[in-house]
Parts: sequence; structure tokens; C-alpha cells
Amino acid sequence: MKHWLSLLLVAVLVAAVVPVVGCSESETIKIGALFDVTGPNSPLGTPEKQVVEMMETQINDAGGINGVPIEVIVYDTEGKEDSCVSLATRLIEQDGVVAIIGPSSTGESLAVIDTVDKAQIPMVSCAADERITIPVGDSIWVFKTPQTTYMAVQEIYSYIQDQGITKIAIMTDTKGFGAGGKKDLEDEASNYGLTIVSNQSYDNEETTNWDPFISKIENSGAEAVVCWGTNPGPALIAKALDGTGIPFFGSHGIANTKFIEVAGDAAEGVIFPVGKMLVADQLPDSDPQKAVLLQLKSDYEALYGEGTCNTFAGHAYDALKMVQMAVEEVAPDKETLTEELKDRKAFAAKIRTEIENIEGFAGTGGVFNMSPDDHCGLSKGCMVVVKIVNGEWVWLQD
Amino acid sequence: MSPEQFVDNLISGVAQGSVYALVGLGFTIIYTVTRIINFAQGEFVMLGGVFSFLLFSSVGLPLPLALLLAVLAATVVGAVLYLLAIRPARQASVISLIIITIGASTFIRGVVGQIWGKDYMPPLPHFSGDNQWLWIIGITLVVMVALHLFFSRTMMGKALKACSINRQAASLVGIDARSMAFTSFALAAALGAIGGAVITPLTAPHFRMGLTLGLKGFVAAAVGDFRSQVGTVVGGVILGIAEAMVVVLDWGPFASAYKDVIAMLVLLLVLFFRSSRGAAQEAAS
Repeated sequence: MKHWLSLLLVAVLVAAVVPVVGCSESETIKIGALFDVTGPNSPLGTPEKQVVEMMETQINDAGGINGVPIEVIVYDTEGKEDSCVSLATRLIEQDGVVAIIGPSSTGESLAVIDTVDKAQIPMVSCAADERITIPVGDSIWVFKTPQTTYMAVQEIYSYIQDQGITKIAIMTDTKGFGAGGKKDLEDEASNYGLTIVSNQSYDNEETTNWDPFISKIENSGAEAVVCWGTNPGPALIAKALDGTGIPFFGSHGIANTKFIEVAGDAAEGVIFPVGKMLVADQLPDSDPQKAVLLQLKSDYEALYGEGTCNTFAGHAYDALKMVQMAVEEVAPDKETLTEELKDRKAFAAKIRTEIENIEGFAGTGGVFNMSPDDHCGLSKGCMVVVKIVNGEWVWLQD
Repeated sequence: MSPEQFVDNLISGVAQGSVYALVGLGFTIIYTVTRIINFAQGEFVMLGGVFSFLLFSSVGLPLPLALLLAVLAATVVGAVLYLLAIRPARQASVISLIIITIGASTFIRGVVGQIWGKDYMPPLPHFSGDNQWLWIIGITLVVMVALHLFFSRTMMGKALKACSINRQAASLVGIDARSMAFTSFALAAALGAIGGAVITPLTAPHFRMGLTLGLKGFVAAAVGDFRSQVGTVVGGVILGIAEAMVVVLDWGPFASAYKDVIAMLVLLLVLFFRSSRGAAQEAAS
């Protein structure tokens, strides 16, 4: 009797396990995404998450990639570098993704490079700092879509130089994005005939008393302030600077309506470098990016509301698009794709190679030309300088 | 630096410090009455700021009314926190109660983030003209005078004071220690919320703002040994001035980026001297 029972038990267990094993070779292409949805960079991470969710639906409604649906697994890093690393490990080891999109911030991206490099899974970061992809030798598995910080610095410096300004004050966030900006602002100044007469850093989350910073700027004789950071710091600095008569120049970190909302009247006249997303409708029809920008904008805003689409959504769009293009390149039909999915490691490696081969891709951030030496693939001219006029972004054409 | 600028920065430092002092007083009052260090104190500051913004901008109330209601609402949250989380666990050790306050702080932060969003909100308009710092100092002074009168002139204030001096003796003479604990939470919440409300015109309120301001208030309270209200106020103001002056003076390695190290430095020094003094007292006895 006992014997029978145990046999029955074994039979039941086997029956329970077999279908699970069968299922694990599922017919989906799993792509991981790490975004700061609830942390300090949530204004970046939220549109990034929303845009990949939208694209997932769009791609799958159209029959997936070559008939195989994709599954985008999004995790919220809360802006913490350590949880970003452990979530990346989870995506790679438990979820079995073939590529990772994100993280949202420079600090998290730098923290996670080691993990993806060891696991040999391609990652397309949505953060701006050049240290993420330069030198490529640090990790051939890491790419990024946003314009590199120095491109933005060059763009705004050349504008400032044209205004006849020679003495500037710089204010930079102590965290990743601002710290990278500080270095480029310092390095590039002399190339544009600019002298940095005041060089201050601030803690974005902790500072409520900006007056001492402003006093120092006033005393330095600076003719303009260049501020590198994300909300709310730059908006509060612009507010505090209002009334001193010193013009405020920002970075692409303030390319959202939140900046205008927080800075209020002080936002008027603020000038900053940014990808073409914000001024898509002002671009000439000959611009190769115009069509893709307007398409994304209308799709995204139909789902999430008027005026919600921003450059950060664009960065994640470009990243997922690149992975999609690479997958299509590796496996041009359903048979090869099914075959490739059986060996994830090899598939991931091929995806990486194809991302590196992307050429002439007109995305939202610019026209990408990846190469073994350049894992960002953008060049000068992919950014424009805009000015805030009546709460709207206006393209300042040269 | 011209003398006027120096004075301006001094004023901004004192005002910023007044906010730390208000937050710190919340820590001190709860601690003296209940021996609990309330780690949800920073959330009251956040509620004061966020509610002020919501009542003013979303509901459209006039500014003074919005500020007043925001402080009242935060006070209610403080009272409810005591009734729902602290009082039912009153038999637990003080350390458990402190851990409850940490949980409560995460809870309040999470709820606010979920309901009103995690993004920064625009600052409120200045109370008048361009002298928000003076408003902050003025309001803080009024609050302190009121607090002093409350503790020295009213029956409830005296009862609170009695509880903080000797809880058992206070119970023996018929003071209800439990209702005093309730009052201390409500009062601490009100003080924190006032701090949050007055600073809102100068910062972008958001659901995480209580972390920093709560910490600075904690440092202020630590200077006052969590017992002395005067010590807490002095601690807060010194911290505010020190932070402003570090930026202004910019001594080489202690450049502006390290402004926020000051609070930690003060805390370390206080703890260091306190523990060495404590050890000396122990040795003496």
C-alpha cells in the first residue's frame, strides 16, 4: 500500500514538473529594463518606463519581431546604485533577458557596467555621461543613446561665446550628471574663450538656502551662470538668480515642463542645449529625425496626455529600437529566431555585434552611427539650443 | 564680500537654522515626554510643505489659510500616528517604539508619493515681497514665545513639563501621562509642519523632502541633548549659519560641495563629546 502511494506521489510530481520544463523554452524575446521610476530621477524614469511599455504593445500588436512576441521586464531601481546592480543580476540570471535597456542615471549606469560585462549581456544605457561608453575598451557590452555631455557643453558654450560673454560662473550638481558636466565645462571653457570665475557644486536634494551661492556668483563678476543638473536644483537656482540680472544657462537635464513649473517666471528666457525632441515641429522637413520624432510624440501623447513626451522618453525609445533592429538583423525570420532563442548567450552576443553595426539610424537623439570605437554613435549637430519663451521651447537657429 | 552681503547671508543662515530648530524642537518635546526618538518627525515637515502647496495651488485657498490648514492637517496626522501606532504598542520597549516611528515615516512618505506623485512641486509664492527669510525668522520667534508661554503659563504645558521631568511623579500627582504623550506628538507634528510650511516658498516640496530636513532637525536636537529646548534652537541656528558660511567662505577643500557634511560633522562632535563626558561622569561616580 505504502509503495503504491509513493509511486502515485512520484507520478503526480513528475506530471506537475514536466509542463513547467516544457514552458521554460518560451517563445518570447525577453528584454530587461532598469529605470528609476520612483527615486530622485523619477521624472526621467517614468517616461522611459512608459515609452517601452507602449512600444512593447505596439511591437506585439504588429506580430512581435518576426512573429515572436517580445516581453519587456521593467524594474524600478529607485535611483539606488546597489539595487540597480542586484536588479540587473536578477534580469540576467532569473529572467533570462537577452539585452538590457537603461538605467536612467549616470551613477547607476556606471555601477552596473561590471555586472553586464561579466554576464556578457548587451546594455543600452539611457544616461548621458561620456564615462559610460568612453573608452569602449572598458566594456564592449555597453552602449548609450543620449547625447554625450560634452556635445551639450560645446553647443551651449558656442552660443554663449557668440553673445560676447567671456566670464562665466558654473554651478554643478554633486551627483553623476552634474559631476560629469563639471568636468566637461572646465575642460571645454578655454576652447570657447571663456574663463570660469566661479566654480561651485551643490547637493540637489539637500540644499534649500541658495543665497550664499548667489552671493559668490555676484562677487565673482560672472556675466552668465551655466548650471548643470536635473530638477529641482537648476529651477531653484534660476529663481534665486532672478533679479540679479545675470543670465542663466542650463543643460539638457532641464528639458522638461517640470523645470518651467518649478522655476515659474524665472524660467522665462532660460537657454539650454537639448536633443531635437522638444522642437520637433519647428524642424525643417529635410531633417531626417523629424518624422520619427513627430510619430513618437503623437503615439506617446495619445496614451499619456498632451505635452508629456520628452527627450527622456526618446532615449528609451532609441534604446529599445536599437535592440529591436539588432534582433531583426541577427534573425531575419521566425525559424532562425526560434533557433537563436535556444542559446541565449550566443544570441546576446550576436545582438551586441549588431548594435555595434548600426549605421545611419535616425532616432530621437540624433542619427546614430555605432562602431567598435564609438558606442554612442552621435556627433555634434544632434543637439540644438532652445530658449524658454512664454513657457514654450523655441529653437534658436544660428 | 561686502558687509551687506555678509549680513544677507547671515540672515539666510539664521532663517534656515530656525527651520532646523523648529524640526528639532519636535524631536525634543516627544523625547522628553515619552523617551521616544520620533524618526517620523521629518515627515511632518514634508506634510507641512506638501499640504501647503496642495491647499494653495490645487484647492486654491488664500495663502495664509492654506498654510494654517496644512499645519493643522499635519498635526492631526501626528495625533493619529500616536493613537494608531504608538499607543497600542505602549507596553513595548522604547526601542520598539522608535522602530515603529521609522516604519511610520516610510509609510507616510509612501502614501504621499502614491497619492500626490513623486515629482517636485513648484515653490509657493513668498509671503510678501522678497524677504522670506525674515518671515521665517519672525514666525519662528513667535512660535518660540508661544511655546515658552505654553510651557510656563498653561496647565497643560506645565503638565507636559512635569511629565518630562519625572513621568512617575507626574502620574502620582494625577497627570495623565498617556494624554501627555498624545499632546507631545500633536505638538511635535505642528512644529515640524510649521517648519515645512515656511520653507516651501524657497524650495520645491516633494515627498522625500522630510529626509534631509528631519536629519538636520535631529542634529539640532542632538546639540540640545534631546532635552534642552534652548540647546535645540541654538544647535539649529548654528547649523544653519555654518552651512551658509561654508558656501560663502569657500575654504579650499571645504568648498560648497561639502556644505552638507557640516551637519554630520556637528553630529559627530556632539556624540563624541557627549560620550566622553558621559564616561567621565561614570568614572566620577
